[in-house]
Amino acid sequence: MEMSLTLLACTLMAISGLPGLAVPRRAGWGQTVATMLTLLGSVSGLIGGLLALISGHVRMTSLPGIWPGVALHLRMDALSAFFTLLIFVLAAAGSVYGQGYWRQAEHPATGRKLRFLYGLLIASMVMVTLAYGALAFLLAWEIMALTSFFLIATEDHKPECRQAAWVYFVATHIGTLALFAMFALLHAASGTFQLTPVPAATGIGLETAIFLLALFGFGLKAGIMPLHFWLPGAHANAPSHISAQLSGVLLKIGIYGLLRILTLLPNPPAVWGVVILSLGTVNALLGVILALGQHDIKRLLAYHSIENIGIILMALGLAMIGKSLHAPVFVVLGMAGCLLHVWNHGLFKSLLFLSAGSVVHATGTRELDSLGSLAKRMPWSAGLFLVGAIAICGLPPLNGFISELLVYVGLLTPAANATAGGWAAVAFGAGALAAVGALAVACFVKVFGSVFLGSARTDLPTKAHESPISMIGPMVVLAGVCALIGLAPVIVVLPLGHAVAAWAGDVTMAHRLASALPWQTLSVVSTGFAAVIVIVLLIMALPATRRHAVSPRAATWACAYARPSSRMQYTAASFAEMLLGLLRWIARPVTHGSVPEKLFAEPIDRQTHIPDLITDRAAFTGWDRLKRMLVPVRRVQQGSVQEYLLYIVLVLFVLLASLIPVASIVTRIMGR
Amino acid sequence: MFENIINPLIHIGLLVAMPPLLPGVINRTKAVFAGRKGPPLLQPYYDIYKLLRKGMVISTTTTWVFQAAPVVTLAATLLAGLLVPFGPFAAPIHFTGDLILFVYLFGLARFFTTSAALDTGSSFEAMGAAREMTFACLSEAAVLLGLLVLVRLSGSVSLTPMLLAPLAHRPEAPVLLAAAGLFIVLLAENSRIPVDDPNTHLELTMIHEVMVLDNSGPLLGLIQYGSAMKLLVLSALVLHLLVPFHAGVPGVDWVLFPVELIAMAGVIGTVESFMARLQMRHVPTLLAAASLLCGFGFVLMVR
Repeated sequence: MEMSLTLLACTLMAISGLPGLAVPRRAGWGQTVATMLTLLGSVSGLIGGLLALISGHVRMTSLPGIWPGVALHLRMDALSAFFTLLIFVLAAAGSVYGQGYWRQAEHPATGRKLRFLYGLLIASMVMVTLAYGALAFLLAWEIMALTSFFLIATEDHKPECRQAAWVYFVATHIGTLALFAMFALLHAASGTFQLTPVPAATGIGLETAIFLLALFGFGLKAGIMPLHFWLPGAHANAPSHISAQLSGVLLKIGIYGLLRILTLLPNPPAVWGVVILSLGTVNALLGVILALGQHDIKRLLAYHSIENIGIILMALGLAMIGKSLHAPVFVVLGMAGCLLHVWNHGLFKSLLFLSAGSVVHATGTRELDSLGSLAKRMPWSAGLFLVGAIAICGLPPLNGFISELLVYVGLLTPAANATAGGWAAVAFGAGALAAVGALAVACFVKVFGSVFLGSARTDLPTKAHESPISMIGPMVVLAGVCALIGLAPVIVVLPLGHAVAAWAGDVTMAHRLASALPWQTLSVVSTGFAAVIVIVLLIMALPATRRHAVSPRAATWACAYARPSSRMQYTAASFAEMLLGLLRWIARPVTHGSVPEKLFAEPIDRQTHIPDLITDRAAFTGWDRLKRMLVPVRRVQQGSVQEYLLYIVLVLFVLLASLIPVASIVTRIMGR
Repeated sequence: MFENIINPLIHIGLLVAMPPLLPGVINRTKAVFAGRKGPPLLQPYYDIYKLLRKGMVISTTTTWVFQAAPVVTLAATLLAGLLVPFGPFAAPIHFTGDLILFVYLFGLARFFTTSAALDTGSSFEAMGAAREMTFACLSEAAVLLGLLVLVRLSGSVSLTPMLLAPLAHRPEAPVLLAAAGLFIVLLAENSRIPVDDPNTHLELTMIHEVMVLDNSGPLLGLIQYGSAMKLLVLSALVLHLLVPFHAGVPGVDWVLFPVELIAMAGVIGTVESFMARLQMRHVPTLLAAASLLCGFGFVLMVR
């Protein structure tokens, strides 16, 4: 039942764009049909996923393969269902949003292609989570890579779009290569291409090789630093509802792959967990620091994805350490934090990308310093962005707080209980997480303040309009789910418990999770806190209260300056300048232009930006250097046929010359 | 049974009624050191009462965020106050992980205060917001490291058992280091000297006060009340480390606790009287020192 519903959903998604391909370019109804099919598929998939997650059962099936004798094996357990639920929720939201954001009438050339690929991408991601054999897994993985490549390249008339897409293309295939090797080693260890646990007798060397290949292959997809180089460009240049899919779901499929392979390796040494925990800490810190210096709203959100993947990895590392040391408490807290943060990040990051998309749609720019005052013209988008921002900063009472709380308690508990001192060092992760949280708050205040508050910095925001209901609706749903998980975390205990149990292979985990945190108290405190704030704000907004407290409006106090203008306003760059100054040694900002020096200074142009650690500092410069080094080699290839013929003759000559029995001739001469 | 009702009630009563007294005590202490007579002890109460009855002027640039911010900030501070035990009595709300909620509630308050500052479109207020954010990033890490010392000492992950852990098990050095670190954070977070000067009249040098330049009337009253409450809540936390002595008799302890708080305000006033404000560029060093003190305290216990 669960499996059939999910497969039905998968099929509906895959074919959702097909009818649209057959209709004329200008007709809008192909898009509507696609959205309807996607919604239908999502409902079916959500029911299937919920049934599987709540029951905790494992379902297996196999589909006839491409040629006789080869079947595609599928398996659905609570861990798969946990991810399919996220995929289907975000697929529905993105699909409806696309109805307003990427209207067929406005984008006749790309609209139909986008719809078709969108459906295929969703279907392939679901198939990856269901795959039980290497063949099905890699097949779905490759379809996912190709469709997302074409989706990133939607606006392929723009050079930066093409570049981002090609970088992604190269990255994803390097990753796939690692996965091929990994599956080959898994086959060597377990003797089958199905995803079954390797025998306990497998050598630690082989297991470590599998782990490292999985970390590399899936890490590329999940955007783990330093393998994140494709991520900021791809997320910034794709259409916003596609960015929401990339960041909300596609990265998580990388995490899923890593989780799934870890279930196959029975006895992980503790050092793996330490590696993942340290990697996560570095990712979280660097991600948020690099985000702080960005001026492009979507690129900034992309760096926050790296930060959140870091938090997910910290939680995973904790769970892995717990597993190797046979400490179930840490497995529960770590894995629950990891999985819940996967859900939460998918939800609030999609919400943020969609509301950023509304801004881009309304103003035509992604530059923070060209915006401002949008909360007046786009109150819905502003409010929804605010919800997403509070959630991603991990602030109470929204969902980000709940998953970060699990990670924190997981990191602090060893410090509280462990007798061994080394254990307590894990607690320094909590200190790092606190710094990450504070930096994230700074970063999102910067974005929210410079985009939605204050006065307009250019005339772009003054012409903005609120988005249509088709774009606002999905965002309201996503914000509602964020609020629901935050206000009543007690509802996630059951599904989360089953998913954790499926990962750890231990059914007692579900009970342990229920007692790991005081879920009821947390729900009551959270709801009470939010209710008090909302009620007071509503009373303040009542017309009666407003009339009672007559508040005259006046211009902002500018310290007795008579004519304040928006040019005097702080920019996003100046807001972050002080904090970035302290973090100069990590972020390494690059500044162009001069500072005014004398009185009555001339106008100057000054820019600061933060190049990416890998793409801008290593990959692209390294590539250029390599090209320069290889300039002499170019002389060989001039394009003249005669030269090429000469090469062929030379090669033939060398090959023939190799047939000359030099050795025997030499011995004969020496012998004489 | 009786205690379960009466103690939280006294806790809430103190939390709601006492905050404005502390700035009054600080100001009086400073006046005494300066040889002045100084304002009445209850002056902050009069100020807040006066502000709440006034009308207000609201900038045309602002949105609803500007008016919501003081409410959210006050609500967050109030909830944080319910998580910290006062004296030897358990806090009204306590559960596993509440220390994280405590730290993050101040994050929520900061999110709204700084957003409201940006909402006015004034560069002075944005400057204050940027400073607040920068220093908060440093002090938040320090707070968590300081709390780590207590987590390790008490073996629990909840503020009430952490702060009420038996006295006999407290090694001196780590607790003193954490107390010093947290005291610096207390000064910084409540914008006291040597980090910020609440009495300065130059917008360019202010942090907290400059963020609320455009607030007036009831909103300003809420902000002043909220920051006094934050002072009380953080002082109550640090007091557990500095004065871990209790009479053992509930009646005496409930009298002792407000006295300790007033003494704490006196200490802060004394610090303010003897120190000058640091240059803005030196503040990060001070806060980094606070993190190091707390972190070192924790390292001492990791064997």
